[in-house]
This record gives sequence, C-alpha cells and structure tokens, in this order.
Amino acid sequence: MTTDIAISAKGLNLTFQTNDGPVHALKDVNLDICKGDFVSFIGPSGCGKTTFLRCMADLEHPTGGSITVNGVSAADARAARAYGYVFQAAGLYPWRTIGRNVSLPLEIMGYDKADIAQRVQRVLELVELSGFEKKFPWQLSGGMQQRASIARALAFDADILLMDEPFGALDEIVRDHLNQQLLQLWARTNKTIAFVTHSIPEAVYLSTRIVVMSPRPGRITDIIESPLPRERPLDIRDTPEFLEIAHRVREGLRAGHAYDD
Amino acid sequence: MRNFLPVFTVLMALVALWYAAAVWLNADWAYDRAQRAGTTLTFSELVADTWAQDKPKLPAPHQVAAEIWNTTVEKKITSKRSLIFHSWVTMSATLLGFVLGTVLGIGLAIGIVYNRVMDMSVMPWVIASQTIPILAIAPMIIVVLNAVGISGLLPKAIISMYLSFFPVVVGMVKGLRSPDQMQLDQMRTWNASGAQTFWRLRLPSSMPYLFTSMKIAMAASLVGAIVGELPTGAVAGLGARLLAGSYYGQTIQIWSALIMAAALAAALVALIGLAQRITLKRMGMA
Repeated sequence: MTTDIAISAKGLNLTFQTNDGPVHALKDVNLDICKGDFVSFIGPSGCGKTTFLRCMADLEHPTGGSITVNGVSAADARAARAYGYVFQAAGLYPWRTIGRNVSLPLEIMGYDKADIAQRVQRVLELVELSGFEKKFPWQLSGGMQQRASIARALAFDADILLMDEPFGALDEIVRDHLNQQLLQLWARTNKTIAFVTHSIPEAVYLSTRIVVMSPRPGRITDIIESPLPRERPLDIRDTPEFLEIAHRVREGLRAGHAYDD
Repeated sequence: MRNFLPVFTVLMALVALWYAAAVWLNADWAYDRAQRAGTTLTFSELVADTWAQDKPKLPAPHQVAAEIWNTTVEKKITSKRSLIFHSWVTMSATLLGFVLGTVLGIGLAIGIVYNRVMDMSVMPWVIASQTIPILAIAPMIIVVLNAVGISGLLPKAIISMYLSFFPVVVGMVKGLRSPDQMQLDQMRTWNASGAQTFWRLRLPSSMPYLFTSMKIAMAASLVGAIVGELPTGAVAGLGARLLAGSYYGQTIQIWSALIMAAALAAALVALIGLAQRITLKRMGMA
C-alpha cells in the first residue's frame, strides 16, 4: 500500500554546524503520513517541528536518512509543485491586490489568464473571501490576510498542504474560527495536511494524528492516533475523549522535557 | 496648502536677514566712497546705498531678483546672456548624467546582490570612488575625454554620473535585499526561477528605496554638472556663469546663477517626488 503514503521519512537526521558546535535539529526521525491525513506536529521551540516541515518542502536539506514526498525526493516534489506551503506570516505582497496575490504562484507556474481568473475565484470562495480580490492586503484584518495566504497555497491544486504555525500570530477567537474553516476545507478538498503548532487544543481539535516532538536532539517522542470523528464541531473540545487526548499530548510533552533538567 | 504660512514666515525671515546682512557687509564700501567724496551718510542714505551697489559683497534680494528677471524674461532664450539658456545647458548634462548614473547604479546593485564575487569586491571601490574630491577628478575627466575627441555634453554628464550612481547603488542594494527570508522561501516553494523572483519580488520591493536614492542622485548630478562646467573654460551653463561672475566680481550674476541652480534642483527633485507618489500609489503602497 505504498501508493497511499504521501510523505515518508526514514532515519532522518539534520545537523546544523554553528559556532557553538553542531546542533542536532533532527535525530532519527521516522514517520509516514498517509494521503488524506491531517497530521499535527507539536513540541516546544527547538524540537525540530518546523525544520521537519521545511525538509518536506525541500527548504532544508537533511544530513542523513531519506525523505520522499509523493514517492519522489523532496527536491523533485518541489519542482513538481506537489505542495502548498503556508508560513506563520501571511506574506502577502503589499503592492498586489488580494486577487493578484493569489494569482502570483499561478503566474509563476505559467497558467493561462482565463484559468488563473477562474482558479482565483474558486479558492477565494473556498476561504470565504469572495468579493475581496480588488482589496489591498492592508485593507484586510490579520485573519483575513492569513486566509488569503491559504487560498494562495491552494490555488495550484497541490494535494499536500504544509502549514507552519499559520494561526500562531492571531488571537484566540479568530483562531477558533479559522480552525473550523480549515477542517471544513480539508473535508471538502481531501488534501493531506501537515500542520505545525504549539497549541495543544489546536493540535487535538484538527488532527487525525498528533506527532509529539522534543528538543536537543529534535526527535519524535510520541505519535497519537486520534479517535475523534472527522466531523468536529467546536464543542467537541469539551468531551472526555478530547480531554483525554489532550492529556496524553501534555504527558508526552512533559516526558520530552524531563531530559532537559 | 496647510504648510504655506510656516514656509512663508521662514522665507520672509530669511529675506529680512538677507537685507540686514547686505547693509552690514556693504557698509564699508559705502563709507569709503562717501569719505572720498567728502560727504557723510545718514542712516537712510547708507541703507539705500548698500542695497544698490554695482558690485556689492552681498547683493540685496531685489537686485538678484531684477537680474534674474532681466536674464530670463527680458532676454531671448538663444542669447548667451539668457539664464534660461545656461540653465538648459546645465540641465541637459544633469539629466543625461542622472540617467547614466541611475542605470549604472541599478546595474551594479543587481551585480552585487546576485554575484558573490561582485558583492565582495565592488562595494569598497564604490565607496572609495566617492572619497576622491570631485573637484580634483573633474578637470582630468574633461582633459582625458577631450584628448580622445569627446567634448561638450558627455564629459559633464560623466562627471554627473560619477556623483549620482553612488546613492543609487547603496539604495538599490538595500532595496533588492529588502525581501525577508520567508518571502524568498515562499518563492522557492513555488519553484520560481531567479528571473521571476527578481521581477516579481525583489524589484517591486526595492521601489521605495529607488526613489529615495534617485532624489539624492538628482541633486548630486546637478552639482556634478556645475563642477564639470568650471574647467571647460566657462563657455556655457550655470557653472560657467558662476565662474565668469567670480572672475569679474559680478556678485549679482553669481547669486542669480546660484538661485537658478537651487530652483532647478528643487524642480528636478520635486519631479522625482511626483513620479514616486504616482508609482507607489499605483502599486498600492502609498
């Protein structure tokens, strides 16, 4: 069943050489992400969760082990535009309107004009930003800007979405709303999503699998399969099942920290 | 016109100060003449005299204004005594030098940003080029170019370019490097080519830096053109008027050329400011 695996890391190692000596950002990381999964990476800063995501995106180069995305190397997957990447900041170009920001990757990838216009309409609808294509980024709230950046990552139909703390800079109310929207979007598009966060409720609420990581060296300490149904209203966060998973994530994070002292 | 009153007040204060300074500086000559004529001056006679001398140490504002009026409105533009003719000569060298300097500056900046060898080697030379006094190098440029048969507009424009490329290089290197790592990573995730990253990210990001640099470059370019006119034997241009004025003690002519140069610089810089406003507005950045 290898065809069902979207991302596969085997014995992944990444060591940065710094002035203070080598830093083990990732050590012996093994993980398979199945197609259609929503996998969250959680851990304290320095645990390598973002570095791992960047390895998937071919923005960092592992010093050992192997990583495949859609069955090919991360570099080939990037060249094939296999994934959309959402950064912590929306990173919209201030000199482009929302519509032209979303069309930017499409222009780069050489889509024709009619196709671009139609795709921009579709993805803006998907993130509930229809009617905003003529607005400039500064005319939108932070949450709307981040939604526009998600639309931009969706525009070219990559079936993998890599998200690096996309809602980290937003307040809790906006974050709840966007989490809900993201789940609906995931249900509708059936994408594979890898999601980095440092919020336990966010990880538990969104994910089918939660990968708990710990620092020095950056490694995976626990992988939790969520028993929650795919359909999740916001108040699922008050159910005993939800709290139990959250508890297990917290335990995992604490165990990882014990090595520090 | 919210700031009209403050600007007007400061201008009036400067004019008043100028008139007072004219009395003070030109008084010696007025007393001298009165003594030789065997007369004494009342205060009002003294003031009237100091504001109306032929070759005053400091001409009064109305004398300069009259001279500018005479040499612009009253003279034909083709006349050698027309200040508009001389301004045009200087402005054409300034503009050509400015364009050359801006193109050279942007070219060097792109090289510095994209080429590691240029990054390591060019910048120190760019800075060194500006530590050489332009007054020392200008005659040599004129003489050398004259020897190979190039004279007229181009040597002056090259001196202008020499002064004006510097702010553009410095500003554009900073501007082209202004996209942060995240924006560059984002381009990588789309597998964008170097050219796409340049045209769609680096160049638009550098626009505010470019216009700021161009304003400084334009002012520097005018200085370069005027300096370039000094060693050419004072044929034409505002620099030539300044030089001829100082040969013959024509202080009124010097001051009128100076004010013309200042007005020219202000107009050219304002023009860039206008282009900046229009461009940034169309880009949604202002």
